Amino acid sequence: MAFRTHVLVCAGTGCVSGNSYATATALENEIFKKGLAQEVQVIRTGCQGFCAEGPIVIVQPDGVFYCGVMAKDAPFVVEEHLVKGRHVKKLMYTPPEEKSPIPALKEIPFFAKQKLVVLRNRGAIDPEKIDDYIAADGYTAIEKALFHMTPDQIISEIKRSGLRGRGGGGFPAGVKWETCRHAAQHRGVEPVVVCNADEGDPGAFMDRSIIESDPHSVIEGMIIGARAIGCKEGFIYIRREYPIARERLLKALEQARDYGLLGTDILGSGMDFDIEIVQGAGAFVCGESTALMASLEGNAGEPRAKYIHTVEYGYKNRPTNLNNVETWANVPLIIHRGAHWFSSMGTGNVAENPWNGSSGTKVFSMVGKINNTGLIEVPMGITLREIIFDIGGGIPSGRQFKAVQTGGPSGGCLPESHLDMPVDFDSLTEAGSMMGSGGMIVMDDQTCMVDIARYFIAFLTEESCGKCTPCREGLRTSLEILDRITQGEGQPSDVDLLQEISEIMQDCCLCALGTSAPNPVLSTLRYFKEEYDAHINNRQCPGGVCKELIEYIIDPEKCDGCHACVRGCAVAAIMGEVKKTHALDKAKCVKCGACIEACKREAIRKIPRSYAA
Amino acid sequence: MARLSIDDLKKIREDAKRTLTLRSGEARAKVIVHMGTCGISAGAREVMGALLKAIEDRKVTDVIVTTSGCAGLCSREPMATVEIAGQAPVKYADLKPETMVRVLQDHIIGGKIVTDYALASGCETTG
Repeated sequence: MAFRTHVLVCAGTGCVSGNSYATATALENEIFKKGLAQEVQVIRTGCQGFCAEGPIVIVQPDGVFYCGVMAKDAPFVVEEHLVKGRHVKKLMYTPPEEKSPIPALKEIPFFAKQKLVVLRNRGAIDPEKIDDYIAADGYTAIEKALFHMTPDQIISEIKRSGLRGRGGGGFPAGVKWETCRHAAQHRGVEPVVVCNADEGDPGAFMDRSIIESDPHSVIEGMIIGARAIGCKEGFIYIRREYPIARERLLKALEQARDYGLLGTDILGSGMDFDIEIVQGAGAFVCGESTALMASLEGNAGEPRAKYIHTVEYGYKNRPTNLNNVETWANVPLIIHRGAHWFSSMGTGNVAENPWNGSSGTKVFSMVGKINNTGLIEVPMGITLREIIFDIGGGIPSGRQFKAVQTGGPSGGCLPESHLDMPVDFDSLTEAGSMMGSGGMIVMDDQTCMVDIARYFIAFLTEESCGKCTPCREGLRTSLEILDRITQGEGQPSDVDLLQEISEIMQDCCLCALGTSAPNPVLSTLRYFKEEYDAHINNRQCPGGVCKELIEYIIDPEKCDGCHACVRGCAVAAIMGEVKKTHALDKAKCVKCGACIEACKREAIRKIPRSYAA
Repeated sequence: MARLSIDDLKKIREDAKRTLTLRSGEARAKVIVHMGTCGISAGAREVMGALLKAIEDRKVTDVIVTTSGCAGLCSREPMATVEIAGQAPVKYADLKPETMVRVLQDHIIGGKIVTDYALASGCETTG
C-alpha cells in the first residue's frame, strides 16, 4: 500500500533521549484519530545528525524539517500540516541566513560512516558531571533492570542481543554472566564483577577514551551486571598509565555513591553493590583474566592454567565475571533500548545463538600511517577498506597501503587483498588476525614487515611473565632469529624454524598472551613471505627500514648544496660547502633519516647496501 | 546529597535536560572544549584558559563553557564545539589559544563562523 506522506521521526540516541519515541507514538495516535492511517505513515529513522535540536521530525515528500517536536505538539502538527497542509512555522528549523560556509558533519566521511553507540555521549556531555549523564538518559537502564526485570530476564536480554566480549576474546557476555550466576548459586559463594581497564596494546586507546568521555556508562553497565549475576562487590582494574581516566572514574564513583546509585539499598531496591578501583602497574600480561585476578589479589601478575575458568574460581576463588570497559559500556543501552535494537546492527543472526555473528558496533583506535588518526566507532561488518580509506582518509604523503595490523601485538598483519573483508570477530580470526580490543595500526610501503614482526615479538618478550617455558623461551628464540634476519644474517632454515616455534607456542603456552604471541610472525609469513626471502637470500630490505641492509646516498644531480641536511645531521656525517654538491660519510652515518626529512629536493635516498667483497 | 529514589532521578533528568539544551536556558551559547588525553596533550587546557579569560575580559555572561571527552579526530586536537541556540553546532579543530579567542569574538559574539578553523557543522550519527 502506498502512503501519500511519510513522517520520519528520528530514533537516534540523541533524539530518543529527548523522548522521540513518545513523539512518534503521539503522532501515530493523532494520525489514527484523524482517519489518516491509510495515507500517512510514521517511520522511526536512524540519527539525522542534528541531535542538538531533537526530537527531529521530517515530513516527506514535503521536505519540511521540524525540530524539538514533543508529544504535546503532535495534535497541532497533524491538524495543521497533515490535514490542512499548512507548515507549522514555530517548529520549523530556521536555517542561518546564508548557506553555511562550512560542510555538514555528515558530509565528512570521517564522521559520516561512524555510528556512535558506546561513544554516544562523546563530546556531548561533561564526563565529570553525573547530571549530564542522567540528562542523556543515563541511569534509566538500571531503573528497568532493578525494578522491572528479573536477573534471568536481564541475562536473556544480553544473550539475545548477541553482545560479545569487546576485550578481544569475543565470548558472548550473556553466556558468561549466566555461567557465573549458576556457579555462585551452585557453590553458595558470593560472586564478583570486574571491569578490565588494563588496556596495554601499543597504539590502542579505546577503553581510555570511553572512560574519559563517559565513565558513568561503565559504572551503570556494571550495576546491571551485578544485579544479573547477584554481586555485592565490583572492581575496576585500571592501569596506572591512565591518570585522567582514573581520576574521572573516581569522581564518577563518588557522585554515584552520593546519589545512592552505588552502596546499600540502591534507589530503594534493596540491592547492595559498590565498586572499587584497583590500579595495575602496567604489565601487559595483567590484561589476561587469571593474571589480572592474581594482581587484584595482590600477588604477582601471572596467569594460571584455565581448565577451571575464572567464572567459577576467579578472584579469591570466588566466581568472577570479567568484562572489558567497552563491553560494560554497551550494557545500559541494550537494557534501555532492547536486544533487538542492538542486534539490528552488525552481522549474522544472533537472537538464537550469540556465536552466530557479531552484533552492535566496535570502537577502534586508528594509528600509524593514516591521515585521520583517532578514535572511531563503526557497525560490525564494515570493511577494512571503508575504515582505512573513507573514515581514515587513506595513507599520508601519497604513499601506498601495505598492511593493517588489527588486534594489538598479538594480532596479525593483513595485506591489501583482505581490505574488502568484513570486520567482525570470526572473519578476522579466519584471516589469521583477530579483533583484539580494537587497536588498528596502518602501515605504508615504507614499512618492513619483518621489522614489524620483530618489534611486536620484542614487545611480547619484554611482557611475557616467564612462568611457562614455551612462551618465555619461544619468544626469546623467535626474537633472536628475527634480529638476525633484519641484520642480514638470516639462514635459509630460519623461516621453517620460526614457523615451528610459533606452532608449538600456539599449542602449549599457558595463557592467551603466549598462544597469540606468534600471530605477528605467522601472519607476516603468510602474507609477506617474499620480504623474509629478500632479507635472507638477498640481504635486502624492500621497505628500506632495516639499517644493516641499507645505505644512504646523495644524488649529485639533485643536490643544490643548500646545507639543510648538514644542519639536520646529528653525527656530522655530511660534508660539503654551501652551493656545492654535498658528500656523505658512510662510516659515520647512523641512518637516522634526519637528512631525508631536511632535504627539500629529495636528493638523499636509501638504497640497498652494497657488500664489498 | 540525599539518596535518591526513582522519582528523584527522573526529576534530576528533566531538570538537567533543560539546562543541557540551550532552547530554554538563559545561555545563548555553549562552548564544549574536548578534553581527552589527546586534547590535553595538544594544548586544550591552554585553549580553555584563554577562552575563560577572554570571556571574563569581555564581560560576556550568556556563554557556558564546559568540557567533554575526545571528539574522535585526535590528530586535529585541540578541538571545541560551539553551540549557539537554534543553530547547528560547529566543530573547530587545530585550535590555539588565540584562535579560540577569535572564535569567541567572531562567531559567538559576532555570529560569523571562523571558516579557517571550522571543521564542520552538525552532530554525529548515533545508534
